[in-house]
Amino acid sequence: MTDQPHRLELRQITKSFPGCLANDRVDLVLRPGEIHALLGENGAGKSTLVKMIYGVQHPDSGTMLWEGRPVTVADPNEARRLGIGMVFQHFSLFDTLTVTENIALGLEKPGPMAALAQRIATVSERYGLALDPQRHVHSLSVGERQRVEIVRCLLQDPRLLIMDEPTSVLTPQETTKLFDTLRRLASEGCTILYISHKLEEIRALCDRATVLRGGRVVGACDPKAQTARSLAELMIGTELSTPERLPAAVSGAPRLEVRHLSTTSDNPFATSLKDVALEVRGGEILGIAGVAGNGQAELLAALSGEDKVADPDSVRIDGRPVGHLGPRERRTIGLAFVPEERLGRGAVPELSLSDNALLSGYARAPLVKGGMVQFGRAKSYAETIIRSFNVVTRGHRAEARSLSGGNLQKFIIGREILQKPDLLVVGQPTWGVDAGAAAAIHQALIDLARGGAAVLVVSQDLDELFVLSDRIAVLFHGRLSESRPTHRTTVEEIGLLMGGLFNATTEDEDEALHAV
Amino acid sequence: MALIRLEPRGQASQAMLYLTPVLAVVLTLAAGFLLFAALGFDPVAALYAFFIEPLTTTRGLGELAVKATPLVLCAVGLAIGFRANVWNIGAEGQFTLGAIAGGGVALAFYGEGGWWLLPLMVVAGAAGGMAWAAIPAFLRTRFNASEILTSLMLTYVALLLLSLLVNGPYRDPDGYSFPESRLFEEAAVMPILIEGTRVHLGSLFALLAVAGGWVLMARTFVGFQIKVIGLTPMAAGYAGFDQKRIIWLTLLLSGGLAGLAGLCEVAGPIGQIMPSISPGYGFTAIIVAFLGRLHPVGILLAGLLMALSFIGGEAAQIGLGLPKAITGVFQGMLLFFLLATDVLIRYRLRFGTKGPVVKGVAAKGVAA
Amino acid sequence: MNVDLVVVGSVIAAMLTAATPLLFAALGEVVTERSGVLNLGVEGMMLVGAVCGFAATVGSGSVVVGVIAAAAAGAGMALLFGVLTLSLLTNQVATGLALTLFGVGLSALIGQGFVGIPLPKPPAFAIPLLSDIPVIGPGVFEHDALVYLGLLAVPALAWFLTRSRAGLVLRAVGENHAAAHALGYKVIRIRYMAVLFGGAMSGVGGGYMSLAYTPMWAEGITAGRGWIALALVVFATWRPERVLVGAWLFGGVTIAQLHVQGLGFAVPSQLLSMLPYIATIVVLVAISRDVARIRLNAPACLGKIFHPGG
Repeated sequence: MTDQPHRLELRQITKSFPGCLANDRVDLVLRPGEIHALLGENGAGKSTLVKMIYGVQHPDSGTMLWEGRPVTVADPNEARRLGIGMVFQHFSLFDTLTVTENIALGLEKPGPMAALAQRIATVSERYGLALDPQRHVHSLSVGERQRVEIVRCLLQDPRLLIMDEPTSVLTPQETTKLFDTLRRLASEGCTILYISHKLEEIRALCDRATVLRGGRVVGACDPKAQTARSLAELMIGTELSTPERLPAAVSGAPRLEVRHLSTTSDNPFATSLKDVALEVRGGEILGIAGVAGNGQAELLAALSGEDKVADPDSVRIDGRPVGHLGPRERRTIGLAFVPEERLGRGAVPELSLSDNALLSGYARAPLVKGGMVQFGRAKSYAETIIRSFNVVTRGHRAEARSLSGGNLQKFIIGREILQKPDLLVVGQPTWGVDAGAAAAIHQALIDLARGGAAVLVVSQDLDELFVLSDRIAVLFHGRLSESRPTHRTTVEEIGLLMGGLFNATTEDEDEALHAV
Repeated sequence: MALIRLEPRGQASQAMLYLTPVLAVVLTLAAGFLLFAALGFDPVAALYAFFIEPLTTTRGLGELAVKATPLVLCAVGLAIGFRANVWNIGAEGQFTLGAIAGGGVALAFYGEGGWWLLPLMVVAGAAGGMAWAAIPAFLRTRFNASEILTSLMLTYVALLLLSLLVNGPYRDPDGYSFPESRLFEEAAVMPILIEGTRVHLGSLFALLAVAGGWVLMARTFVGFQIKVIGLTPMAAGYAGFDQKRIIWLTLLLSGGLAGLAGLCEVAGPIGQIMPSISPGYGFTAIIVAFLGRLHPVGILLAGLLMALSFIGGEAAQIGLGLPKAITGVFQGMLLFFLLATDVLIRYRLRFGTKGPVVKGVAAKGVAA
Repeated sequence: MNVDLVVVGSVIAAMLTAATPLLFAALGEVVTERSGVLNLGVEGMMLVGAVCGFAATVGSGSVVVGVIAAAAAGAGMALLFGVLTLSLLTNQVATGLALTLFGVGLSALIGQGFVGIPLPKPPAFAIPLLSDIPVIGPGVFEHDALVYLGLLAVPALAWFLTRSRAGLVLRAVGENHAAAHALGYKVIRIRYMAVLFGGAMSGVGGGYMSLAYTPMWAEGITAGRGWIALALVVFATWRPERVLVGAWLFGGVTIAQLHVQGLGFAVPSQLLSMLPYIATIVVLVAISRDVARIRLNAPACLGKIFHPGG
């Protein structure tokens, strides 16, 4: 150890929320100029810990030492004054404001806007983070939005930069580029606290790692000396199980056919779909990859019927044109659907599980008779879901919002699968779900396909798609690539497609090449 | 650091759901006590005159039912809409149109009435209210225009229309140009249900509306859809519930019930059409709906309570010389207290800060 | 010819006066809504402002005191709304309705001793040079101070919202309160200030009704102008300069209606009195149908409850 004090030291930090101990006597040491990984599953307490460092939340007890001196961080302003910057997983950006305005909001003394725009240009060039200061944030891609956040932090010359799951929204190539930026920052003496559950990334980037499980520190290590598997087992605490999977037994005519699907929207923030074509046959799983905001929400809405399509023939289920039909009619034909947002779309937070079983269950299960709700049947349907999918809950009366993310997702997926659909469309099946629930969900989807149903999965998690899918296609700027069989493609190839490198216009090509 | 903090409950408190209306009433009485004292009245006597005295006679109890009838009829419909986030605040206008349409039928067939006249008036009254509510429904579903503003604007239009009619076509030809219609004939008047009071058939309609509203919301799939749309519109879209249909349905229903209430007033206690047929029932019904927790049975109780505030206000005006406007103040306060105490359903109050923020604090962010 | 011009001048003058209460109330509501808070209690705040302003003027003999009292009364009502919606997290729509219902009752209660008392019109200030323009000059450029204050508030607020740092923060809070909170802005405090400002402006708008426009106190004197102001905010897509256009439009409709009545056309007065309300509906429909435009301009957090812990 040198005489130089630690950049940041946490001693015995504890934080509890009603009904949950988020951090239990956590110790953490960050040295100047290191890239330090904070590793853990969803719900392990990583986010809470860094929010306390950044002053968004406050510890119940424990000590925080900044460069050797004890401090309390009352709010983010104070954190920034100390030299702590943070890039959030869910960006704290304002859609209708410009890049410059957004950055000005994060600075204490932004100075005149024109001068600020100049500084933004300088910093973004220096660190290879191309940005146009005058653009409105809603017109930026997700990767560009992240750059806004990073530039905002860099303008304050931080000595500690916290990155919360930064690569979940990036293509593999963008990720590589981000790592270059971070390494450069670290070489200039900035400490980086890097939060992730992606093990390969941590092995590639970080100098040291601290592992959290259930709110406690369960280990510290040099990630480069570990295998991904050993890291994972440290993180999860048990041995990993990989879902069982047999080659697809593709059968018969396509269950879902999409041809020349194009959309327009009232919503100025939406991405229009352009001439999308795909098909899914019984027994197979088609994965749709892509960086968020490239038309996933629009594709899902067009398939589920939430957004009707002008041309009925552009979406066909079992050969029947359904573009003009709403969700209810499509469900009766054989569709089931799991949306991206589970709380607030897939489930009503304030209603009981029994009522939430009725929410989509009414279309294919006998839960309504003569306009009257059969509450007894809704209750037993909810109980069946809870039992079959091991949903941990107090029972069918529990409000949906009282469930953890993983359990609610199991409930929703169970509700859809138990309707015995011929076609299941799923958005982000395991986003923010713990590893145990994710494995169960993957197995359920594979089993459904093996039973003869067609399954379409939209996900930003490439690892997940490579585990689940028989074929993978990529959405970029509202266009869908040709699908390729999973065993004949690689993460790198899909990554290039995610950057837009397919039947691309020159403009798109430039952008994609730029990103490599 | 604030001394009182709100801490979210894991699950909504059922006990608080029923306790907070009672708490709100108690707080309103306490505030009323202070208000009367501030105005220089004996608070105990004033509160007695306001809230107890009207309940001591049969006639008083009858009047309670008479005043509660339009409030409950309007509020049951409004509450169903509020559940779906459809904010019809123009019940006063729909009430007026009900009176205009239903009362118009009575005047059109003046002197020719039979058993069929009253049912026809009831239908016309409800239809009048529905037609008035159909305008905001159309503008909302077709043009995305806020029903809050359109329904309210239409209330002013309806009141002017009433004024126009009683000064013109509806005016009593033998009435020395007073702006009033003729007194309705026997066949056009609501039958009295209880001898010696003014309790009329409309009260039965109100009870039926309560029962029907309860069945709709608690038992039917349409009621379930209304709930889901109100709580989480995105989930309703996901489930395939047709929001436009629910907007139409709730507006027509609340408009129809308000129209029926208007008809019941002119064919009941008033007995003719006048320039002023309501002391603001349509607006007070909004308070009744919230105070009754948007639940039909709760609305019945809340309607009786609000009726008491009208009667008590009149009594206090006559007996103590209190201003009539005090009724509105009481009603507003009650709604405020209810909304304020509602926070207890989803949150817990915590007093003081939650332990020391950080142990062993030496300096407060001076390192920079 | 000259006679016509005099009429034009006086019509414009009357329009400016009729637009002033709407202008104040709608500008205040623009600021409130830009911070993400929907306060439907404008009518109630205007009424209480009107009666308090009137009472204070009668009591003190000074219109200035009256206007200050009107602003304070409006802000006081807004504070009530703020405590309920911002601190106790109540539904903004329901609370705003309650505020209006309460304001109607409270203003009638306070005002019962003031019905029928006449007040002198506040003094008019002639703008040098401009008011010397022949014929229309005196009508258009000779008004009481509040008319000018309202007109000055338009560029001032436009500048505040688009150019100033505080305005940027205000817009940020209305656009994404969670992000603003994460950046360390005091969302609740900022919203309180916006709500109070909106209340004070509504109070002044109401005060203008009872102190200058009529000038007298009568129950329900605002006659729905608070609601029209709310519609104007949507019409103006939350921009002060467009609020001015809207307020003039409605001032114009109000005055046209009065003039037609005055000219003795055989149209029932009730039909003419309906015009401002029907015009509000028409204008609202015309703007609201462009969903994309509303989405781009409406503050994204409008009406949403913010709880910093959750």
